[in-house]
Amino acid sequence: MLIKFTGGKVYDPANGIDGQVRDIYVRDGRVVTPSATDTISAEYNLAGKVVMAGGIDPHSHIGGGKMNIARMMLPEDHQHDEVARGDLTRAGCGHAAPSTFLAGYRYAEMGYTAAFEPAMLAVNARQTHTEMADTPMIDKGAYVLLGSDDYFLRLLTRGANKEEIKDYIAWTMHAAQALAVKVVNPGGISAFKFNQRKLDLDEKHAFYGVTPRDIILTLGRSLQELGVPHPVHVHGCNLGVPGNKVTTLETIRAAEGTPIHLTHIQFHSYGTEGDFKFSSGAAEIAELVNQHKNVSIDVGQIMFGQTVTASGDSMRQYGNTKSAHPKKWVVMDIECDAGCGVVPMKYRDKSFVNALQWAIGLEMFLLVNDPWRVFLTTDHPNGAPFTTYPHLIRLLMDKTFRNEQLRRIHPGAQAATILGSITREYSLYEIAIMTRAGPAKSLGLRDRGHLGPGACADITVYDDNPDREAMFTTPAFVFKNGEMIVRNGKIVKVVTGATHVVRPEYDRKRTEKPLKDYFDTYHTVQMENFRLHDDEIITAGCGHAPGTCGCLIVQPVGARK
Amino acid sequence: MTAVQAGASPAPASASESFSNVTCVFCGLHCDDLEIERTGQSLQVTRNGCGKAKAGFERPLVKTEPRVGGQPVSLNEAVAAAAKIIRSSALPSFGGLGTDIDGMRAVMSLADKARGVVDHAMGEGYAQNMRVLQTRGWFMTTLTEVRNRADLLIFTTDVLKYHHRFFERVIHAPQTLFADGPVKRTIVLIGEGYDTGPISGPGVDEIVTISCASDRIGEVISALATLSKGAPLPAETIAGVPKPQLEDLKARCEKANYGVIIWIPSAFAFANADLTIHRICDFVKEMNVKQRFAGLTLGGSEGSTSAAAVAAWQSGYPLRVSFASGAPQFDPELYAIPRLLKSGETDALVWLSSLTPDLAAPQTSIPTIVIGTFDMKLDREPDVFIPVATPGIDARGQIMRVDGNVVLPLRDLHRASGLANSIAVLNAIEAAL
Repeated sequence: MLIKFTGGKVYDPANGIDGQVRDIYVRDGRVVTPSATDTISAEYNLAGKVVMAGGIDPHSHIGGGKMNIARMMLPEDHQHDEVARGDLTRAGCGHAAPSTFLAGYRYAEMGYTAAFEPAMLAVNARQTHTEMADTPMIDKGAYVLLGSDDYFLRLLTRGANKEEIKDYIAWTMHAAQALAVKVVNPGGISAFKFNQRKLDLDEKHAFYGVTPRDIILTLGRSLQELGVPHPVHVHGCNLGVPGNKVTTLETIRAAEGTPIHLTHIQFHSYGTEGDFKFSSGAAEIAELVNQHKNVSIDVGQIMFGQTVTASGDSMRQYGNTKSAHPKKWVVMDIECDAGCGVVPMKYRDKSFVNALQWAIGLEMFLLVNDPWRVFLTTDHPNGAPFTTYPHLIRLLMDKTFRNEQLRRIHPGAQAATILGSITREYSLYEIAIMTRAGPAKSLGLRDRGHLGPGACADITVYDDNPDREAMFTTPAFVFKNGEMIVRNGKIVKVVTGATHVVRPEYDRKRTEKPLKDYFDTYHTVQMENFRLHDDEIITAGCGHAPGTCGCLIVQPVGARK
Repeated sequence: MTAVQAGASPAPASASESFSNVTCVFCGLHCDDLEIERTGQSLQVTRNGCGKAKAGFERPLVKTEPRVGGQPVSLNEAVAAAAKIIRSSALPSFGGLGTDIDGMRAVMSLADKARGVVDHAMGEGYAQNMRVLQTRGWFMTTLTEVRNRADLLIFTTDVLKYHHRFFERVIHAPQTLFADGPVKRTIVLIGEGYDTGPISGPGVDEIVTISCASDRIGEVISALATLSKGAPLPAETIAGVPKPQLEDLKARCEKANYGVIIWIPSAFAFANADLTIHRICDFVKEMNVKQRFAGLTLGGSEGSTSAAAVAAWQSGYPLRVSFASGAPQFDPELYAIPRLLKSGETDALVWLSSLTPDLAAPQTSIPTIVIGTFDMKLDREPDVFIPVATPGIDARGQIMRVDGNVVLPLRDLHRASGLANSIAVLNAIEAAL
């Protein structure tokens, strides 16, 4: 069955198409080039409408232990946001920490067809994947956390050879069914368990003697040599600490040219100038990012209002508990492997610090020149729920609107930001890069994020509304694998998305022999049960044809070096 | 063939089979190192099983048919009868919930469609913890951290009564990650009714007993907090504990590298027990200002940790959720099944106990559907009884350990019980609504 999408203005940056009117043809869920003899069985007239690939969120906390703690801890988050069961949809609730079903529906209704959980603990991989399996509509995947786990730190401490380290990283990615690797406060989550309260880039871990610099560089190089498409996803040291811009600048240099992704960089871009000893480091950091082509970032924009911060960074989250609103929080040490911290937060435009955080995020978006290296995120829900993306897009695309909003924030923050002097407005083409093509390229999703032949037919169609917030809030149509799932911003069909993983090459026997001894001697889980098998994450009743289950997609990796 | 036809295989495919790394479902610790031998349809725990595990796994399988009104019926008839009861109910309750993660997902799906209330048999204990989480939060740890790190463990109840292998697996570790050999640990037992015999072992350096009534443990913890702030105690004894003993304990807490306080919410069988948990969690938080301390909550039997987790991610709320309005609503008092039964607000009870035969349905005269193990203990014949497979014995699955992060795989041990999978049963009931 050939479907024709006729006459839309297509924004497909991966294929260099910038708003030209194009017809797109889809067969069996893929974009195709039809032959002259093909019959068209369905046609959508998209004249005047804007056509993009489905949105891809490369950093959104949609599943796993810490998000479930957030849900449990915050009934008041959900109580004005309960959604009844519909003809097609399950009941659910939640604003900042939505139920899994609602997260899936809301992403799709906003034109997104994929979102990636960036902080999966290997020990918690089963829960994370099950929650993602209960997140309908969208594709998903997860980045496994390394760098504060005892086994890795031990390898580093004893100067294990790099092949052994690469084997362990690859083993963990297989065991946890991961798409990428994230490091959170490198070594710091572990250091906190030894009562260290901060760990700067070149500060030694009290027990292992290694530094965050060692950890980042080892992970970065190892992933590159393993051929994993996404570079090491770095949540750096000193999150939220005034003056942390110095650490961030140093971290960029510390990579020594190795590809790295610096996540929610807004939270890592603070100086110490001014009366409040809190200032923007965005300009300096953006300049260094512009100079370093090996670096990509996502912003972690904050938006004003109530949300909850959920992070693997137990050390820094403990530090942030003094700002908890409402006054309750959870911090956990987890299995000599990781940790987490869940702290509810209310960002207020009349607070100097919060207002400046808002401005710093926007400065970062607008000062980094290359949209292929900056991705649109709020670090959901840490900066704001992902449902604020349309508003954020308008802030980036509409200078007048942005300056109106700027005039409403704390006057001290207005004075402390250069935001008002920045005239840049993002184009639809650039928005398509930072919300689709860029993340897909960075994650190695070869058939996602674009609309060329062979691409998965995840397509979003918008009315070309000059109010970009309204435009991106309510897509006219969303198609998943060529099927219409959303019309006028409402779900018309519920589907199950795929889980994306990568599987770098490693020697299983060589890796598991010492690991088995390690688990047997020190852990409370058997190594064999730590591993998550394929049949545990393939959704029963997913609706895919037998033998062609689309639930699990193994993305290609490069050759191991 | 419908999804709910009972497996017809009359005998296992192979006469015998050995299994290693088997996860046990008979307490919240979910030890995953069991070795089990199957001969025909009989199971024997050959290694690493405690008394509970042996008793659970080794129950002889008895062929049991579904029943409606006490009469044997086909599975499809039982499903139809169950659906009829739920359909005609104004507010059905889904209780027991002795199941794994996948089973709970099926319960939530059914309750959502049936506009019912969801509460676990251990709901009251769980709610005590949730009250603390939702008012103050907490600082927690997990078993592997305790095993390798904790040099001071303060117990507030006799954990061994709930988890027979707790000391063997978590405390008596001959080798640990951050010490040469065992961690040199001090074990403090606050409260009453401890069997101290099994506590000694590798690493246990000292055992300190502080006797008081369970419902006064909160006062002892408050006294510790007072002392650690440098404030004077209001009396020479607190909850019957002399001041020098409290001062000694305070000194031990301050000396600890990694102190852990352990409680089991359902063991606090007294009014306002959440306030005791509240004191424990606040004390842990206060200690973390200068040093490292953490809480550990245990119990979590009958799949309650899994049930609460699934309820939270699927509805947004932990247990005691109502779908009566179509949207999920949360109230740990209002939507407690014991209260709903007493007040007559619920008019049908669906009781699921697929892990053990012991989770008896409450006494009630309203129409009752029991979906349970083949040997389910029944105080009275329910309107509908559907025997189902036990995840981890007759079916695959996943279950969450009591410390809340580790999810373990459950195996099918191939005894070809012919029992229907509870997920298929629940799905079929949902489809028939």
